[in-house]
Formats: sequence, structure tokens, C-alpha cells
Amino acid sequence: MTTDPRDPDAASPQSAPAAVRFDGVGMRYGRGPEVLSDLSFELPSGSFHFLTGPSGAGKTSLLKLIYLAQRPSRGLISMFGRDSALIPRESLPDLRRRIGVVFQDFRLLQHLTVFDNVALPLRVAGQARASYADDVIDLLKWVGLGDRIDALPPTLSGGEQQRAAIARAVISKPELLIADEPTGNVDPEMANRLLRLLVELNRLGTTVLIASHDIGLVRSLGAPVLELADGKLIDDGRRAA
Amino acid sequence: MSQKSRSGDLLPPDRGRDRPLLAVAAILVFLASLAGIGAAGAWQAAEGWTAQLTDQITVQILPGTGRDADADAEAAAIEIARLPGVASAEARGRAQSERLLEPWLGTGVLPDDLPVPRLIAVRLDSETPLAPGAVEALLGDAPYEVVVDDHDRWERAVTRAAAAVRYFGLGVVALLTLAAAAVVAFAARASLAARWDVAEALHLVGAPDSYITRLFQERFFMLGMNAGLIGAVLAGVVGYGLSILGGSAGAVFFLPRFEFGWLGLGIVAGAALVSGLVSAISARLAVSNVLKARWT
Repeated sequence: MTTDPRDPDAASPQSAPAAVRFDGVGMRYGRGPEVLSDLSFELPSGSFHFLTGPSGAGKTSLLKLIYLAQRPSRGLISMFGRDSALIPRESLPDLRRRIGVVFQDFRLLQHLTVFDNVALPLRVAGQARASYADDVIDLLKWVGLGDRIDALPPTLSGGEQQRAAIARAVISKPELLIADEPTGNVDPEMANRLLRLLVELNRLGTTVLIASHDIGLVRSLGAPVLELADGKLIDDGRRAA
Repeated sequence: MSQKSRSGDLLPPDRGRDRPLLAVAAILVFLASLAGIGAAGAWQAAEGWTAQLTDQITVQILPGTGRDADADAEAAAIEIARLPGVASAEARGRAQSERLLEPWLGTGVLPDDLPVPRLIAVRLDSETPLAPGAVEALLGDAPYEVVVDDHDRWERAVTRAAAAVRYFGLGVVALLTLAAAAVVAFAARASLAARWDVAEALHLVGAPDSYITRLFQERFFMLGMNAGLIGAVLAGVVGYGLSILGGSAGAVFFLPRFEFGWLGLGIVAGAALVSGLVSAISARLAVSNVLKARWT
């Protein structure tokens, strides 16, 4: 599927359910105050969105809802056309395999090599090492880690760890990719290269949502933007940036 | 490819935690194995004792006034040996009776006129049962008093004592197994807390709880197996040592010898496997409960 990241509806064929749909969603941690309230938006399948907002606006909380690490305290979240509240617990791992996540703090396993970290989703999915080894190496070369395949994360720079985290998130060609500040620790040239990787993935059909403070990055693609402030959505991405 | 050689386990080794746990588990298995061997020894010894008691009766000849008790006992033994169901009958002289009385009457020479009972050890034929009351009937007209002791009283006491020792041993094994399971469950929770990053990373890339649980289960199975092997081998060595030294454990368990036979060997061999299984199951349940509580 080829899409134009600047058009919010370009990748939303009438038949395909939205990858993500929020309807009046609110969220709180424990008994605390709502950190997100009345969120309603949709990420059409195959779309490319940015998520912006000041620190504390609730971006990370929103991403947690999307990658099913948290449950909403109210409202409806639909993932790939299924009400997430009705998905049985035992089916959640299958759903998570359709989602790639790049964390701001990378969350690489410190005792595994870069190769093993990147291959983790495929290993968990039960694939044989021989079947994915070449793909992993090719991807690592693409993100500029071809010479760090055997390195352990503690020996990598922040930028290298970030690239490894991105590689891990995209290696299984997920249907939905969520990235929290994916270019925060790399130089502009590498940031551009990584962005191209995400755009390429989007062109192949992956729905992409990138949370970023980087206004330059957000504007560079002209993709629709979801903007959060104080836990509320002040722009639902329906208008192109 | 060089990276293949560095394919790591998803759960990294944690020697700082594993070694103390290995030591504790090995000690528990050692104690459980010893208790098991002791119970098995008690079982075997009790069976031997019971068999001996049921295969024999003792006939006491109380000396009559002016009679030669030794001669009476000899004559009675000959008569008894002819009864159907008796394999042999052997009269014990006064000297042997006096030796039996030494604990109560001392080692000094007893007065000749003291009526020391003579004993006849009767071994029964296991194929042909002796008719009840046959000995009493045979010697009913004899000019001396006869007491037949079929050991029934002792047999019941021995059976009760042996059962108590068996159940005590099994109870100790069960308690130590529970203690080991609790220790492993605690350790598995601590291990999961220490490696929560691994569990969370796996969870987020789509690993089901069972996948994560299996990692800890395998880790603790191997740890339990190793601990079991160490503890069981040590228990085997100690058990074998006690059996060839004559069994100081007999004094503890009121048994004549610390038996270490094939059953003891089986207990030692099985202990490692049981230890591994108990550890694996305990870790599985503990980790599974934590994951369910954390990721609802």
C-alpha cells in the first residue's frame, strides 16, 4: 500500500477498520486524577500521525493505552476494529505482536546482544533463528549498526541504543508502530534516515504514530498531528499540519 | 556468523541470588533424603521384626518342686517339635535364662534354689499353621507349669512403633518439601522482581505469560535438580556410612540398624528429580500469580 503521510484519510479504505479508535476515553493511575480525559480520535489503517504536546500533557499515557499497557478508566478503545475491553486476556499477546513500540528509554535487554535484542519479537513469535538472521542483520546495517551486531547495550551510545530499539520495533513489520521520541538522541542526518525508515514502513502498510517534541521533525513530513494539552486533545489530526 | 555464538539466554544467570538458594535447597534435600532413608530403614526393619515375631513362639517352663527343669525343658522341646506346624523347638538351659535376667538381677551367681524359668524357642512352619492352643494341650498334664508366649503383645507394639517411625519420617519429608517449595516460591518472586525488565520487554513484544513463566520454571527446575543432586548425594554418603557403621540412627529411631538398601538408593536418585519438579512447579505458580496480578 502506498500512502501520502500528509493526507489523514489517504490510507483509510472504507472496508478497513481503523487501526486505533478512541471514543470518549479517560484514564487515571490508581485513584489519582484523570491524566487523560475525553479523548476521541482515530488512526486509520495505514495512516501516519504525529503526537505532540508539552511535557506532562499525557503523550506517554496515551501511548500506553494504545500498546495495551494500561486500561482506560472510561470510554472505548478499539484496536484493529476490536473493542479492547472485550479482548480476552489470553488474546492480548497476539494483539501486541501486531504493534511495534519504540520507548523513549529504549528498554533494551542489557544482557542480550544488539542482534538478540532486535530479534526478540521474532524469537518470541517462535520463529527459527535461521529464518530471520539475515533480515536482522540487513536491518541493523540499515540503521547504521552493522558493526555493532554483537555489542551489548551498555557499550552503545544513546543514539545507537535508540536505533537498536527502533530496529526491534520494526523487525516484525508490525501493523501499528508507536514511537516515543524516536529521534531524540541521534544527529539530524541519522534522524532523517530513521524517519525515512518509518515512512518506508508506512508505505508498506504500517500505521505509524510518532510522539515527538521536535517541531522540525513534525513539520518535515506534513503528516497530521494529534496535539495534547493537559490530558485533552486540542487537535485530533483531522486537519493536515 | 559471529553473533550466533553470543545468543544469550533470555533470563540471565543471577549467581548472587542463585548460590545461596542452591545451598538452602541442597540442605533441605539432604535433610529430606535422610528422613526418607530413615523412614525406609524403619519400614524394612519393622517388617523383619514383625516376621520374626510371627514366626516364633516362646514356651516358658516354670520349674516344679524337686524337678530337673533343664531335663523337663529338653523333653518338652522334643514333644513340641513333633507338633504339626512346628519347624523346630530348642530348649535353652538355666545359664541362658540367667543371662536374660542379668539386666534385672545382675551378673552375680543366682542361688541354685531360685526357680529360674527355662525357655523353649519354637520356630513355626510358615507353610503349616500351628493349631491354636496345641502347645498348651500337649503340656496340659505335665507336672510343671507352662506359659506360652506367642509374641502377640510385642508384635502389636513393634507394628505401632514402626508405623510411628514411618509416618514421622514421611511427615518430616513432607514438611521439608513444603519448606523447599516455599523457599523456591519466595526466590522466584525475588528473581522475577530483579528481572522485571526482561519480563516487561517480553510482554511488550507479545510474549504470553506462559512464555515468561516457562523461563523461570526452567531456571528453577535446573536449580532444584542441582540442589537435589548435591543434597541427595550427601545424604546417600551419610546414609551408607551409617549403615556400614552399624547405624547410630538406630538409637534415635529405636531400630537395630540404619538400613540403606535399594530403597535408600532409589530415594537418593529420585530426590534430585523430585527437587527439580517441586522447584519448577513452585516457581511456575509464584511467577504466574505475579504476572496475573500485574497485567490484568
